[in-house]
Amino acid sequence: MATAITQPDAQPIERENYLNKHYGVWSWLLTTDHKRIALLYLMSITFFFFIGGFFALLIRLELLTPTGDLVQADTYNKLFTQHGQVMVFFFLIPSIPAVLGNFLVPMMVGAKDLAFPRINLLSWYLYIIGGIMMLHCMLTGGVDTGWTFYVPFSTAFSNTKVIEAGLAIFVVGFSSILTGLNFIVTIHRMRAPGMTWGRLPLFIWAHYATSVIQILGTPVIAITLVLVVAERALHLGIFDPKLGGDPLLFQHLFWFYSHPAVYIMILPSMGVVTEIIACFSRKRIFGYHFVALSSIAIAVFGFLVWAHHMFVAGISIYAALVFSILSYAVAVPSAVKVFNWTATLYKGSIHYDAPMLYAFGFLGLFTIGGLTGLFLACLGVDMHVHDTYFVIAHFHYIMVGGAVMGYLGGMHFWWPKISGKLYPEGWARLAALIVFIGFNLTFFPQFLLGYMGMPRRYFQYPAEFQVLNVLSTAGATVLGVGYLLPMIYFLWSMRYGKPAPDNPWNAAGLEWKTASPPPTFNFDEEPVVTWEAYNYDELDSEHKQEVPVVG
Amino acid sequence: MSDSTVAVQGETHNPALLHHFATEEQQRNASSFGMWIFLGTEVMFFGGLFCAYLIYRGWYFGDFAAASKSINAALGGTNTAVLICSSLTVVLAIWAAQTSRRALMLAMLVLTMLFGLAFLGIKGIEYRDKFVEHHVPGPSFSFEHEEIPSHPGEYANPRHAEIFFALYFIMTGLHALHMVVGLGIFSWLLWAAWKGRFTPEYHTPLEIGGLYWHFVDIVWIYLFPLLYLIDRHR
Amino acid sequence: MAEHTASEHPKSPLTTYFSVWIALLFGTGLTYYAAKLDLGVFNAAVALIIATTKALLVALFFMHLKGAHEKLLKLVVISTIFFLFILLVLSMVDYGTRTWS
Ligand code: HEM
Ligand SMILES: [Cu+2]
Repeated sequence: MATAITQPDAQPIERENYLNKHYGVWSWLLTTDHKRIALLYLMSITFFFFIGGFFALLIRLELLTPTGDLVQADTYNKLFTQHGQVMVFFFLIPSIPAVLGNFLVPMMVGAKDLAFPRINLLSWYLYIIGGIMMLHCMLTGGVDTGWTFYVPFSTAFSNTKVIEAGLAIFVVGFSSILTGLNFIVTIHRMRAPGMTWGRLPLFIWAHYATSVIQILGTPVIAITLVLVVAERALHLGIFDPKLGGDPLLFQHLFWFYSHPAVYIMILPSMGVVTEIIACFSRKRIFGYHFVALSSIAIAVFGFLVWAHHMFVAGISIYAALVFSILSYAVAVPSAVKVFNWTATLYKGSIHYDAPMLYAFGFLGLFTIGGLTGLFLACLGVDMHVHDTYFVIAHFHYIMVGGAVMGYLGGMHFWWPKISGKLYPEGWARLAALIVFIGFNLTFFPQFLLGYMGMPRRYFQYPAEFQVLNVLSTAGATVLGVGYLLPMIYFLWSMRYGKPAPDNPWNAAGLEWKTASPPPTFNFDEEPVVTWEAYNYDELDSEHKQEVPVVG
Repeated sequence: MSDSTVAVQGETHNPALLHHFATEEQQRNASSFGMWIFLGTEVMFFGGLFCAYLIYRGWYFGDFAAASKSINAALGGTNTAVLICSSLTVVLAIWAAQTSRRALMLAMLVLTMLFGLAFLGIKGIEYRDKFVEHHVPGPSFSFEHEEIPSHPGEYANPRHAEIFFALYFIMTGLHALHMVVGLGIFSWLLWAAWKGRFTPEYHTPLEIGGLYWHFVDIVWIYLFPLLYLIDRHR
Repeated sequence: MAEHTASEHPKSPLTTYFSVWIALLFGTGLTYYAAKLDLGVFNAAVALIIATTKALLVALFFMHLKGAHEKLLKLVVISTIFFLFILLVLSMVDYGTRTWS
């Protein structure tokens, strides 16, 4: 499909755009252009993705054999801790919002920039400061508490760099808050004339919901980390049972943020997938309003279920009951989305371009992840599988199979807009396939391992678990290749790729109505919106008569 | 923002209007909305502490009461009044800006900062007392033989009192930190006001800074009874 | 934010500002005094009610929440408080029903 619409390239001189308008390092480091900041974020999170991936590689290598031959327990503890912290706080939480969201939110609502461009830049610098602190922490000894910082181990017993890691995540949390704040104000205040709430792309709704969680949840983890750091530095007793404190209080506060945080990771991905599915089945999203409101519902319900992480930690059984029931409730809006996507596909004219392959991957893997979440939310089942590889598999199906798939799908979908170049479609489809196979090979065995009783966070295991662990490590290798490929061909395309037309997918949405890459202020004229979102039927009938008009 | 971008639009307008806003009103609304959202995050930030406070106060009520009683409530009350006065001077400064009363605006800004400093000074005295009495959590902490109010003959558990003091220092300390940030913001506002940046039409920074200051006041309005006035009757 | 074009000031807000200020000082005195009375479990309730009233006064009049054109600001405040309550209430669901502590 991409090739079908490509225009004859009749532009000898390159138009002025956000990439070639200014040159030099400072024009990047001091930029307030949301699109450039998005690229700064892209480079930074990719860097951390590879660091996190490196730890994952070492973890999987260690687990290739039942005994501890590559690393010993202490090192292993640091590996999984830092893998988790880097992936969650330095890659997945900023991934879609800070890169694709930053790039697209102003364009999709028809604005010249985010409401607070300088705060946007500040958020990137906070990310970098936090990132440097985290790197420093890892290079000078690392931390071994698990990404969850559970007390009293983190405050009283661990002899690793807990304070440094805590402060790093504290700082990076504020970068996340500022991004969310910027999005909310932009979506409320900067919409182009005619861009009513009912016409917003669902990507925007998803980011709106994400931002709500970011600004309401993140401060709570911030204060929790302050307490952990203070308790560890000054030997307070707020969380220490020996001194009259309650370790469960830490868990309450931690999960009050960290459960909603899993929706910070998945909601933007849902937004991406919605755009892709509409475009590649050439149809209006089925039940627009339901999908929009389900994002908001997820954000709200997401705050009601946190103690499902504490079922066996000693909370009251009545509370466990309440939280179990509420956890079932949170699955409803997610299911609404899955049904609506499926209904959109139904009788659509489906195109199997690379972004769509990722979207399909997302659909299947997110569904599996969500359903196993329901197993875990069931008190009796959780007794059995809590803290086993079943939980690991559950959240990787959602966070890697769901969120990262969506991120990659989105990167492919909007790459022509971002870079002005087309990526090689054949390679991209191959990579999507490799990622899907590698992913399932890595994580499906972990469901079985967990169900059979293999606990998480140990560097060795009984020999009878080896076969499945070897499969998993093999899968991780395949997955690694799958992730490297897009890196390579995206970079390649920046130099050698064919120039992208303004709207290579003939997609709806304001971002496609401007040049690729867009000019610094996004639109040459302020757009006025007179159509509904996803008007693919109109687009396709128009397209029969005319060549797409260039922004 | 590069200068060329402003020139592109070529209209005559307030230099404080940033290029990506269509009107000044849009810009002002965006700024105040952004500040309110930020205050929302601040509520949740302190909210985690209030949650911890609530739980331990419920568990260790007597110990909390005994510990609370050892803090100088008169100082705390005075500080509440000081902050309330500073909030008044903030609104007066904004009003002065709205009605072009430059001298009054400057005076009110200075007064606000003086009240802020007074607050921190009084807080310092309070902290010094606690230090002298060995009520700062840590190795030298001591809270032996302190009677629980309304339970004659029963003594507070020092460990539990220490939790109170930990929360007391973290909550008031973070609040004081916000005051320091507020003073920084107001120094800048004072400088900008001195330079004549604020007019009846444009004084958004004053309003935004004011919102922050009032919020810090509100936090204190809760901290005062919760920390200083537990079970004060005998 | 409240309207503030110099030309269309309906009437001076100074009276409001000063009355609110007096009310806040009065409230402070009242909390202090009420804490000395033995009201049993109601001591805390009284303190919180007074504090909330004072906070409302500051928010409505000093921070101009009252005159705000936009319902949006009120929505921000209300939803923040709502989520704060979720944190407090759902934690209490655990702490209030534990049988072992
Ligand atoms: C469909 C709704 C979901 C339900 C009902 C659900 C339920 C659960 C439950 C009960 C646990 C605790 C298991 C245990 O520790 O024993 C859990 C763990 C986890 N879930 Fe989910 N989940 C859902 C969706 C998600 C999503 C969307 C994500 C991420 C994007 C996610 C990420 C996680 C993570 C990271 C953990 C493990 C945290 C840790 O202990 O390290 N979940 N889930
Ligand atoms: Cu959860």
